[in-house]
Amino acid sequence: MREKATTLYIGPQHPGITGNMMVRVKVEGDTIVKATTEVGYLHRSFEKLIEKRNWLQSFTLLCRFCVPEPDPVEESYARAVELLEGREVPERAKYIRVLVLELARIASYLLWYGGQSASLGLYTIGQWSVGDRNYILDLFEELTGGRVYHMYIWPGGVRRDLPKGFENKVLKTMDYLEKRLDDYDDLMFDNTIFRKRTQGVGIIDKEKAVEWGVVGPPLRGCGIRSDIRIDDPYEVYNKLDFVVPVEEGGDIWARALVRRQEIRQSIRIIRQVLDNIPAGKYYNKIPNPQKWALPKGDAYTRTEAVRGEVGMYVVSDGGTHPRRAHFRGAAYVHAITLLENLLVGENISDIAAIMNSLGTCPPEIER
Amino acid sequence: MSFDLKGTLKPLTALKQFGKKPHTLVDVPSIPLEASDHYRGFHYNDLDECIGCGNCSTICQNQAIDMVPVDGIEGKKGDSGLRPRVDHGRCCWCGLCVEVCPTGSLSLTKDYLYVSDDPDTFLWTPGVDNPEGKERISFFSTEETSLNDFGRIPMPELEGMDRVKSFAEVVLGYNEVQARAEASRCISCGLCTEACPEHMHIPEYINAIARGNDADAVRIIYDNNPLPEMCGKVCTRRCEDVCAIAHRGDPIAIRWLKRYTTETVKNADMIKEVVNPDIQEPNGYKVGIIGAGPSGLTVAYYLALKGFDCTIYEAHAKAGGMTMYGIPKYRFPEESLDKQIEYIQKIGVKIHFNTKVGKDISFKEIYSKYDAVFIGVGFPKPWTLGIEGEDLKGSIQAVNFLYEINNGKTVDIGDKVIVIGGGNVAIDAARVSARLGADVTILYRRRVQDMPADWEEIEGAEDEGIHIIPQAIPVKFYPDKKGHVKAVEYLKADMVADEKGGRPKPVPVEGSNTIIEATAVLGAIGQQGDYSFLEEEFSEKVKIERGRFVVNEKQQSTLDKLFAGGDAANRSADVISAIADGYMAVKGIEDLLVKGN
Repeated sequence: MREKATTLYIGPQHPGITGNMMVRVKVEGDTIVKATTEVGYLHRSFEKLIEKRNWLQSFTLLCRFCVPEPDPVEESYARAVELLEGREVPERAKYIRVLVLELARIASYLLWYGGQSASLGLYTIGQWSVGDRNYILDLFEELTGGRVYHMYIWPGGVRRDLPKGFENKVLKTMDYLEKRLDDYDDLMFDNTIFRKRTQGVGIIDKEKAVEWGVVGPPLRGCGIRSDIRIDDPYEVYNKLDFVVPVEEGGDIWARALVRRQEIRQSIRIIRQVLDNIPAGKYYNKIPNPQKWALPKGDAYTRTEAVRGEVGMYVVSDGGTHPRRAHFRGAAYVHAITLLENLLVGENISDIAAIMNSLGTCPPEIER
Repeated sequence: MSFDLKGTLKPLTALKQFGKKPHTLVDVPSIPLEASDHYRGFHYNDLDECIGCGNCSTICQNQAIDMVPVDGIEGKKGDSGLRPRVDHGRCCWCGLCVEVCPTGSLSLTKDYLYVSDDPDTFLWTPGVDNPEGKERISFFSTEETSLNDFGRIPMPELEGMDRVKSFAEVVLGYNEVQARAEASRCISCGLCTEACPEHMHIPEYINAIARGNDADAVRIIYDNNPLPEMCGKVCTRRCEDVCAIAHRGDPIAIRWLKRYTTETVKNADMIKEVVNPDIQEPNGYKVGIIGAGPSGLTVAYYLALKGFDCTIYEAHAKAGGMTMYGIPKYRFPEESLDKQIEYIQKIGVKIHFNTKVGKDISFKEIYSKYDAVFIGVGFPKPWTLGIEGEDLKGSIQAVNFLYEINNGKTVDIGDKVIVIGGGNVAIDAARVSARLGADVTILYRRRVQDMPADWEEIEGAEDEGIHIIPQAIPVKFYPDKKGHVKAVEYLKADMVADEKGGRPKPVPVEGSNTIIEATAVLGAIGQQGDYSFLEEEFSEKVKIERGRFVVNEKQQSTLDKLFAGGDAANRSADVISAIADGYMAVKGIEDLLVKGN
């Protein structure tokens, strides 16, 4: 006898995801037969608001596109503006930007450690990783003046130079984290519960992934090597030696393994940055922001965030304010197209784990 | 299903962390964590440094900052008297306000905890409500990090020694690119508007220039200044003295920007086309104006626009007053003046040249013929030093000397000229003498920094090889056998502090007498008015104090239908104050005749 379908509402309070979003699932027994993503809880008209601000002012909005990892959005906007204007960025600033981006990547993955494991009932890891993330936030606080919203990368370079002795502090933190990652392996990747709950769950079909435009760790978890840092290098990524990890399988496990290796690569990048960072200017001063008009035209930039590729498109009509700014984040595909398809046939208890493995950010959908 | 022993035991290794110190060592919020050295916390404002320009409020995209009056802080020139108040419930701690603060008074502190159930208490006036913040400053802007453009676009000029070869204009003017770049430095705070005697709409026209709309800029300028090219070249620019950017950098070149934009309209017809004035139908009132200087021309222009029939009586052959006959042509070329006068005539102002009131026409006649009369005759009569030998041949008054030269005449000054004085007239006379090939020395009784002349003029004079001897008080002119001046004797002076708190006074040093040779001496210690044209029946009734007409705020004298302005009524002795007087007199005359009060 066929069981009667029931509709469940998962969310909107952070349903295994950072940010408010809801998934309406139709279940038969505990198997999902249909999933629909419902967004709209975070709509703040970011893109429209950017049009109402001058070229500089909007950088306080940009970091709010994705709270756990605000810097790639700042960077992609700054670079788009620089591209439009033809503004040079000092080499030192480029290195500092990469340092910030990679620190943000690590901080964001540490948060993911907590979310991914907690979605399976493993709470200790989250306690640890959020504590370890705090060390990176301390670094951000010292460098940028803010812990979560840095508002640090802006057109022309970065706002402030590295404080005295900052490099050593970063290196110390990296040494500590590298050792610490082994502890996470013990609790997470070597843990039977984690393996059994993630292997073979939430499998993304390789061909569908390409068709739908899946990016970032979910795509690399399908065995496709794709990373903007390599494919279309920006800042100084082409001068740095690192590997883009790829895993086969397309399940939560594969995506987790990709992230596990990426943290180690980020640490490697940070060490190279600190070894090679040149002296000199960190900022090519922009003109008075009130009267700073950009030439007519448009520019598109893409950046590799933890969620995958993010893109910023800005249009100037020659004025002091952007005519249009459009942001394309990975979350749109991951949390709507991908998630709705991926959940079908899965178990209710795996919803949070699957959502978390896609690493999405609802404010990015509702920009 | 096989049992995974390793995978079951491994997580238990977490127990090795047991007993380790936790990450958060302090109890937040009862013992707050100390923030880092660059933390962006609550605001602090140095109230003495702050000038209330409001740039912080303008840049804040959260509308978290408004400008409010603060007890004990009065508005003055260059200070609005307002201070920023921050709504810490709206602030997002981006620190943009700090980055754009031109004085650097605004900063952020390490403080970040505030708890209250009253939302109103989140509105703070930094510096007033948290004076202790001064010790906790962590995020501030330096000249390097500030988003203000502190460096002025240099003005192209003739080289010092090339200048003295001719009367060619020294300042070459900005080109379009330079003007746009300079205009883009402006933060539109409007402190300049307050300081300008004429309250010109400076931020507005600078904005138009920055946007690339010069015609708009010209229209905005003509709103309340009919002689903008004159001001663009010779204004004393009190606006620049109070420019917010000047606190840590060079003030915006407001005068040069006005010059640039007015020079884009090449002739009187073009001015008329661009300004496209709205000239009202004649209202039947007739106004007589004595003197075609800046104040008289202003009165005539704006009254003519309002439909008044305006007639100017000018003693000389050309209009402009001191700007025509006093200011040398390398500063203010004649064609530049002519074009502005021609435009004023084009809108219907009549000028009777070579008509000296009191000689060619009596004041009484003018007074009876017109519904209102405006006197803008300036200060044509020079002060004399009152020392021995001042009446010798070769001892010339600088204003007379400049008049002759500007009139195309020649004056024999020889090759060694002494100029006495420290104002703009003294510098003008010195620089003109240098152009006539003389070796020039200026004697001034105070220090160079006390000279009332424009600092750019002083620098220009020095570049042209003019010597300045400060703290020198002339005591005697010596004649040669023919009764021509041969030498000047002066005493060195010590600067003695004024007990009443005024500026230091020069006191001659006994026995410091020095004699220098001279082929001519040009006296430039000031001028005074000459109101001999007023018949007794008027001079008795009209109140004149210390050589100036006593007027109310609408420039109305003690005689109802008589108005006065310019040097004859104000102490500023500059073009823009004269224009401001004229503009106020327009209101006064209109009120008197049309509105009847």
